[in-house]
Amino acid sequence: MEQNKIRELSIIAAKSRILGLDMVHRAASGHIGGSLSCMDIITMLYNGVMRIDPSNPQDPDRDRFVLSKGHCTPALYPVLAQRGFFPVEALEMFRRVDGHLSGHAEMKHVPGVDMSTGSLGQGISAAVGMAMAGKLNKKNYRVYTVLGDGEIAEGQVWEAFMAAAKYELDNLCAVIDVNGLQIDGKTADVMPTEPLDEKLEAFGWKVLKADGHDFGSLQEAFAEAKTVKAQPTVILAKTVKGKGVSYMENVAGWHGKAPNDAQYEQGKQELEAQLKELEAH
Amino acid sequence: MSEKIATREAYGNALVALAEQYPDLVVLDADLSSATKTQGFSKAYPTRFFNMGIAEANMMGVAAGMATCGKMPFANTFAMFAAGRAWEQVRNSIAYPGLNVKVVGSHGGLSVGEDGATHQCIEDFAIMRAIPGMTVLCPCDGSEMAAATEALLNYDGPAYMRLGRLAVETVTDSIEGYHFELGKGVTLRDGSDVTIIANGMMVQAALKAAALLQAEGVQARVIDMHTIKPLDAALVLKAAAETGAIVTSEEANIIGGLGAAVCECVSENCPVPVVRHGVADIFGRSGKAEQVLAAYGLTPEGIADAARKAISKKK
Repeated sequence: MEQNKIRELSIIAAKSRILGLDMVHRAASGHIGGSLSCMDIITMLYNGVMRIDPSNPQDPDRDRFVLSKGHCTPALYPVLAQRGFFPVEALEMFRRVDGHLSGHAEMKHVPGVDMSTGSLGQGISAAVGMAMAGKLNKKNYRVYTVLGDGEIAEGQVWEAFMAAAKYELDNLCAVIDVNGLQIDGKTADVMPTEPLDEKLEAFGWKVLKADGHDFGSLQEAFAEAKTVKAQPTVILAKTVKGKGVSYMENVAGWHGKAPNDAQYEQGKQELEAQLKELEAH
Repeated sequence: MSEKIATREAYGNALVALAEQYPDLVVLDADLSSATKTQGFSKAYPTRFFNMGIAEANMMGVAAGMATCGKMPFANTFAMFAAGRAWEQVRNSIAYPGLNVKVVGSHGGLSVGEDGATHQCIEDFAIMRAIPGMTVLCPCDGSEMAAATEALLNYDGPAYMRLGRLAVETVTDSIEGYHFELGKGVTLRDGSDVTIIANGMMVQAALKAAALLQAEGVQARVIDMHTIKPLDAALVLKAAAETGAIVTSEEANIIGGLGAAVCECVSENCPVPVVRHGVADIFGRSGKAEQVLAAYGLTPEGIADAARKAISKKK
């Protein structure tokens, strides 16, 4: 990938991280850890992979995105806002009773959200349904979904994996945000989900691996996924939960906790320094 | 009264009959197509039929995803698994976003018979009705089922419909002026002493109960309340005011279903005695369907007893 493109994506992601931290701090609630881990993946999708038009969010030919780990709205909403689906200022209404930006992804009121999610394990099934409808309607749109590695413990996910293979959904690309942590601790301790590569291969999926914080690596994987025929693709994206905020990185406790004022200030300073560094080069 | 046909059979036939007219109609099943009677559709329209395997949770989510892309999915399995196993998927992936998915539960109630309590869903009305914005219905015979299926195709939103296993007498085709409309009950028989409000196969039983009561000089009104939600409150309240006593009858637990809906409506607006006839908050059991129904009092005699009780409570 060209350096300019990497820089552009890095800046969008850095700004989104600041906006996401702002949202969670302002609302005094929300899921910041997993949002920071999948931020680069979602940034990549909306700024270089997906065929979308923010001025026509219901275009029947658009690519679809389902945030199966639906709690990570502090990643999705800032990316959508920066992409032009709605004003960045609207993020101030996150989790507010007088607004529409609910805690979990919501399709009826938030432009750009293709499926309401939040109850883990359900988004992947909707993505499968969208891909099946695409085949049936002879549309060439693609469907993307991001799952958490903790979410994989939901049995419904494996039902969906089987169905996607049965219907040879080569228009479906799932990304698993492998940050290795979930609410109660390490995924390896709470409910081991690895080896994801061998399991997914056995379920009939094309398995690709990527560094979930490296745009070159992500873009390569998404490009390869587009060439796969007659089977769905999953990208196992290795990530760091809490990426970008030093005290949050790799700490399970930051799954669903809002930072206090001092923590917020420190986190914001770190993220702004990262943005400044990117903009200076 | 004319031919006997199970509502599941009539539903399966209706899907095939309506397929050309509604090209976005797609049918999903969870390995029960021979029992839910979607098999006819699967053979006639194989590209629009999806067997999702024994995986009801995923089936509901897939149907939701398809609906976001303009398809009109009907997702089929037994009532127990449609309403029970996949309740939360129906709630969060279908009803919450208001998607145009029809969840169809076959083999509802005790008339499943031999398979026993694990497969005799008696809670579906209650738990589906508890979901905001969910339409819930249970047509009583083949003729009404055909009309209901088409009505659902013309209704843009989430709905749950229960089908029955047993062949039942067709009664609505001989009712003068009968017209099916979602959310509107139908008065099948007029009467002034008590009103029996029933759905599903208890409608036929209610008509027989009314005949039993007539022999005693009691004039029972019979309302076919095929749509439990939204409830036809106007028809219920008119019956409450005009007959002064109500019996509800359903092949379901008396908690939370049609009886509860009628009680809520009547107690808030026009209090009269209501006796809920149905499954008395106990699990079903194996046996021949007719025997199981009889063992639980889901019979014309059971309804007539409930009617006498309701009348005795009149002030």
